Amino acid sequence: MDYYRLGISEARKILDKKEVSARELLDSIYQRIESVEDKVKAYVTLPKEKAYEMADMSQKKISSGQSASLSGIPIAIKDNMCTKGIRTTCSSKILANFIPPYESTVTSRLSEQGYILIGKTNLDEFAMGSSTENSGFFTTKNPWDLERIPGGSSGGSAAAVAADECIAALGSDTGGSIRQPASLCGVVGLKPTYGRVSRYGLVAFASSLDQIGPITKDVKDSAILMNIISGKDPLDSTSAPLTVPDFTKVLGQEIKGLKIGIPKEYFIEGMDKEVEASVMDAIKKLESLGAIPVEISLPHTGYAVATYYVLATSEASSNLARYDGVKYGFRAEGKDLLEMYMNTRAQGFGSEVKRRIILGTYTLSSGYYDAYYKKAQQVRTLIKRDFEKAFKTVDAIVTPTSPTAAFKAGEKAGDPLQMYLSDIFTISVNLAGVPGISIPCGFTSNNLPIGLQIIGKHFDEETILKVSYAYEQSTDWHKRKPNL
Amino acid sequence: MKISVEYVAKLARLSLSEKERELFGSQLNSILNYMEKLNEVDTKDVEPTSHVISLSNVMRDDIPVRSIKREDALMNAPEHTDKFYRVPKIIE
Repeated sequence: MDYYRLGISEARKILDKKEVSARELLDSIYQRIESVEDKVKAYVTLPKEKAYEMADMSQKKISSGQSASLSGIPIAIKDNMCTKGIRTTCSSKILANFIPPYESTVTSRLSEQGYILIGKTNLDEFAMGSSTENSGFFTTKNPWDLERIPGGSSGGSAAAVAADECIAALGSDTGGSIRQPASLCGVVGLKPTYGRVSRYGLVAFASSLDQIGPITKDVKDSAILMNIISGKDPLDSTSAPLTVPDFTKVLGQEIKGLKIGIPKEYFIEGMDKEVEASVMDAIKKLESLGAIPVEISLPHTGYAVATYYVLATSEASSNLARYDGVKYGFRAEGKDLLEMYMNTRAQGFGSEVKRRIILGTYTLSSGYYDAYYKKAQQVRTLIKRDFEKAFKTVDAIVTPTSPTAAFKAGEKAGDPLQMYLSDIFTISVNLAGVPGISIPCGFTSNNLPIGLQIIGKHFDEETILKVSYAYEQSTDWHKRKPNL
Repeated sequence: MKISVEYVAKLARLSLSEKERELFGSQLNSILNYMEKLNEVDTKDVEPTSHVISLSNVMRDDIPVRSIKREDALMNAPEHTDKFYRVPKIIE
C-alpha cells in the first residue's frame, strides 16, 4: 500500500490498528521523497536520523496503547519555525547555518502529540513572496505542472503536501502565504484568526499580520492540527486568552440556513474566467446544501494591497534589523563595525528582502511616517470595519483564493508590483485579522487546481471549517492527485 | 524620483551595487506611486489600527525562570570568546 498518500486521520487509524509501524510509514514517505523530490524541490533540510528517533519513540507509545493524536505522523514544517538543534534558514543565506537553541511553541505542541519532523520546507526568503522564487536557495515546483510555481511563501509546505512527500504540514501566512499556495497546489490551507496560534519561535516578518496554520490533504486534518496548535501561550503576549473548541466537532454539521456573503469587489476585471466559473459553481453547490448566498460589499478592498505593503514592509524593516552579523547568522568582512553591517546585509539578503527593507525604512523615516505608515493604519481600520459590518448580516464570506491558477516560473519575477497583486484576494483577511481557509474547488483546462476561500468572523474558525467540510464531502476535487 | 535609494539604504545599513540602486530606484518609485492610492481615502478622525485584537498590558507573575544557557546563546555567533560576542574594533 502507498502509505505516503494518507492524511492524518487515516494514518492514525492504521497505526493504532498496527497495520503499519511508525518506521514503515516513515520509510514510505522517505521513499516517496527519494522518487519525486528531484522534480518538486520542496525541502531545504531532511533530518532523517532525528526523524527515525522520533518514530521509534512514538512507536513505543503506540505499541503500549498510549498513542497521542500525532504519534508516528510525519509532518513537514516551513523553514521559518525554530526547531531546536535542527537548522532553520528562512531560505535566506543570512541564516543558512542557523541552529536554533530553542523550540517554537507550535512544534513543541506537535512534539507533545508525538509527531515526526519529516523535514523543513522551502519558502520565499523570510516569507516575502508569492512563488518561492525569492528563496535564497532554489525555487520549488508546482507538482501539477513542474514549469509552474507552487505559490508562496509557504510553497514548499504546499508542494510537499500535494506531492505526498509528507502527511501534513505547517505554513505561515502574512498576506496569503498559506492560502495562495494551498490554492495553487490543490490542497487545504487555513490561516487562523490573528492571536489564535502562538507566534513564539516563528521568525518574524510583519508581527501584526503573521500567523501560523495547517496545510493538509483534507479539511478534517486541518481541524485536527488546529486543535493542537491553537491556544494562549505565555511566551507570546499577542496570543488570545480564549478557550479552544474541539474543531473536529463541527465537521458533518448541516450548513442549512447559513448566510454566505459574496463580496462584489472580489469578482473583478482581469480575473481568470475558469477561476470565476469554478468559484460560481462552488457557490451553487453550497446553495444546494442549504446555504443562502447574499451579495455584500467590502468597499475598501481596492486599497488592501497598498495598505498591506506599507505596513508589512515597515514592520519587516524593523524586524530584520536584528540581522547584523553579530549574534547569529552570516557575517561579511568590513574594515570597521559599520562596514561589516553594511556588507553582511548586502551579501546575506536577496533582492526582494532588500527592496522591502528599503521601502519600509523609507515609509517609517522622519517626515514620511504620517503620509504612509499612519495613513495605512487608518485605512486598515476601515478595511477591518468593512468585515465587521458584513459579518452583522452573514456567517461566512466566500471568494476566489487567487485571481489565477499557478503561473509559470519567471512570469512575474521581474515586476514586484505584479507579484504583489497576485495576493489581492488574501491580503484583506490578514489586515482585518479574521480567519480564512482555501479548499480545492476545481481545475482549469490545463489541469491546474483552483481554490475557494472561505472567510470567517474573528475566532470563528468553526464556521469556516464546517462549511469547508460540507463542500468537500459533496465534491471530490481533494481526491485528485498530480502525476509525478 | 520620490526616493533617494542610496540615503535610505544607508539608514537600513545596506550597501547596494550601482545596478541595484538603479533597479530599486525605478521599482520602488512605481510601488510608491501605487501606494498614492491611499490618498483617495478619507481618513479624517479614523483611529489607526496597530493591532487587530485589543489586548493591552498582558502581565505575568514575576517569577524568575531559567533563561537560555550562555553557550547556547553564543553557539550561532560568527565570532565569540568564551563569554562575549566579538565584533570589529569600535573605538580607535
